[in-house]
Amino acid sequence: MSYQVNEKGYYGNFGGAFIPEMLYPNVEELREKYLDIMYEKSFQNELKGLLRDYVGRPSPLYYAERLSEHYNTKIYLKREDLNHTGAHKINNTLGQILLAKRLGKTRIIAETGAGQHGVATATVCALMGLTCIVYMGEVDMERQAPNVARMKLLGAKVIPATSGSRTLKDATNEAIRDWINNPVDTYYIIGSVVGPHPYPDMVARFQSVISEEIKKQLKEKTGNENPDYVIACVGGGSNAAGAFYHYLDNKDVKLIAAEAAGKGIESGHSAATSVLGKPGIIHGSKTLLMQTEDGQIIEPYSISAGLDYPGVGPQHAHLFESGRAQFGSITDEEALKAAYLLCKLEGIIPALESAHALAYLEKLNAKKEDVIVINLSGRGDKDLATYIKFNEQAQ
Amino acid sequence: MNKLNKLFRNKQEDILSVYFTAGFPKLDDTKIIIRELENAGVDMIEIGMPFSDPLADGPTIQRSSEKALENGMSIKLLFEQLSDQSLVSIKASCLLMGYLNPVLQYGLEKFCKDAAWLGISGVIIPDLPLQEYVDEYKTIFEKYDLATIFLITPQTSEARIRFIDEHSNSFIYVVSSSSTTGATSSDEEKIAQEKYFKRIQSMQLKNPLLIGFGISDQQSFANACNYASGAIIGSAFIKELDHSIDLKKSISSFVNRIKNKP
Ligand SMILES: Cc1ncc(COP(=O)(O)O)c(C=O)c1O
Repeated sequence: MSYQVNEKGYYGNFGGAFIPEMLYPNVEELREKYLDIMYEKSFQNELKGLLRDYVGRPSPLYYAERLSEHYNTKIYLKREDLNHTGAHKINNTLGQILLAKRLGKTRIIAETGAGQHGVATATVCALMGLTCIVYMGEVDMERQAPNVARMKLLGAKVIPATSGSRTLKDATNEAIRDWINNPVDTYYIIGSVVGPHPYPDMVARFQSVISEEIKKQLKEKTGNENPDYVIACVGGGSNAAGAFYHYLDNKDVKLIAAEAAGKGIESGHSAATSVLGKPGIIHGSKTLLMQTEDGQIIEPYSISAGLDYPGVGPQHAHLFESGRAQFGSITDEEALKAAYLLCKLEGIIPALESAHALAYLEKLNAKKEDVIVINLSGRGDKDLATYIKFNEQAQ
Repeated sequence: MNKLNKLFRNKQEDILSVYFTAGFPKLDDTKIIIRELENAGVDMIEIGMPFSDPLADGPTIQRSSEKALENGMSIKLLFEQLSDQSLVSIKASCLLMGYLNPVLQYGLEKFCKDAAWLGISGVIIPDLPLQEYVDEYKTIFEKYDLATIFLITPQTSEARIRFIDEHSNSFIYVVSSSSTTGATSSDEEKIAQEKYFKRIQSMQLKNPLLIGFGISDQQSFANACNYASGAIIGSAFIKELDHSIDLKKSISSFVNRIKNKP
């Protein structure tokens, strides 16, 4: 079975490009050109140079000794939190902005939930001297105020999405509407492995540098490039797609996607798409989607703004349906606990999103000799207010 | 023969099509609005099926959809409201317009079957891709004699317009500018628009054309009719409904204003 996209833009039953005709020329242009541009020598040289000198790649693969001792197994952390701007998001924005430039686009738009993708987009726009407009739900602008300030400092214009539930999905709608209204000069940098084909595949390829490095680093450290488990959190699924990418065809490596259960699967305040979703269409892609019986999209909930997306990327829907990846749901409380544990044992404050991947260790029943790689997708600076609040409540 | 095809056979100019969102302003206004549009002599009525995430729509239709959903509208309920088959006997052709996800959840074939039975002549689903339609869905729509309407924009290539023309069986929806619904154009844009309309007009397509998006008054309607068989009004009508105290009066005076009747 193939876990990659086919020529029609599908992963098994999921994917495609369900877009209004107004977007067709732009998406079609991208589909025709993305692979040729991405794998051009000059493009690869420029991207690799920037990933090394600007982002700080390769990111370390760190053997977390005290955490390993705690769980009586072997745990490696892939330190995407040490990237410039503090998360994996910049691997993708850097790739896409180089592509946008080669397509002759001068105006960049993006959506953002937690603000990490918005910051990563604003950053590369500043670097390249391109106009940057970021759509962000009004509700998210309040709960992630420091990231709004960062984007503005970097020269981006942040436009509040005031429609619908005023969070990530609505910011994505607004970005798509902007693209409809500005089809000629504008390029849309999507922040995850979602949206119409070819976005999911393109973003996964830009993030695949994560597993490319893991393989090399793990081989150096253990003599074997294959771990027993790779664990990553899934919002839209880009950090997971990147961490899984080069292991997809190797069944000895078990892939685990940690979703946000919010206040609990049954609570009505959750973002666990694999459990609560049904096949449907969101933002141009057929995938698993949280929706009402009438097909209206449901607003998800998670303590982490980066995981409360009502769908998952189509590749993840396929990995779930085919059983290639196992999906686990982590509640707010479990994620917070895992975050505090990492702070104490390793001196690393993880992003709340990444804490969901860490929390899965509690459920894994790993053996002593197992090698586990956890993709630490981002750092926790943006979540300090939440961490402080709950830490005080606990004491 | 489908009512829609009859319309285009009998009338080649000044066709007026009006869009409204089902369930707006009030849940039970659907039949009143249809009746008044029919009485006012509208040729075509587009009944909007509200969706939580209407990507191709501007603020006016977004808000009407939000309100309609709050009011409790769904495809199921809409079909119940129309279950007396009153649409079969009215003169106006009725279309359903909405996004693909609610239709898929209702069940595509069941949707087509029920819609046809209610007297619906065609559907406009902006996020149903043409190729997907041709490969997967076309035979189902044809089985129930439902026309499917596709959009073209100023950015659509000539080859693609020809492909759309080949697979259309009633009319082509000419989106007036690169925009979501309800946008207005500057003078500069109007000049570009005219060139675009002329270009499409000169292509001699087999399907008639209706121009939509940004048509809001008598002048823009009349102008569109110079280049097409008629035009479609959406956001401007929704605004009228939003401010209305007496739906019946508002609707007839709105339609008369568009048609320039005293
Ligand atoms: C640190 C971090 N991890 C994960 C995510 C979730 O996105 P994805 O599933 O695309 O990796 C986000 C999104 O904002 C994030 O900021």
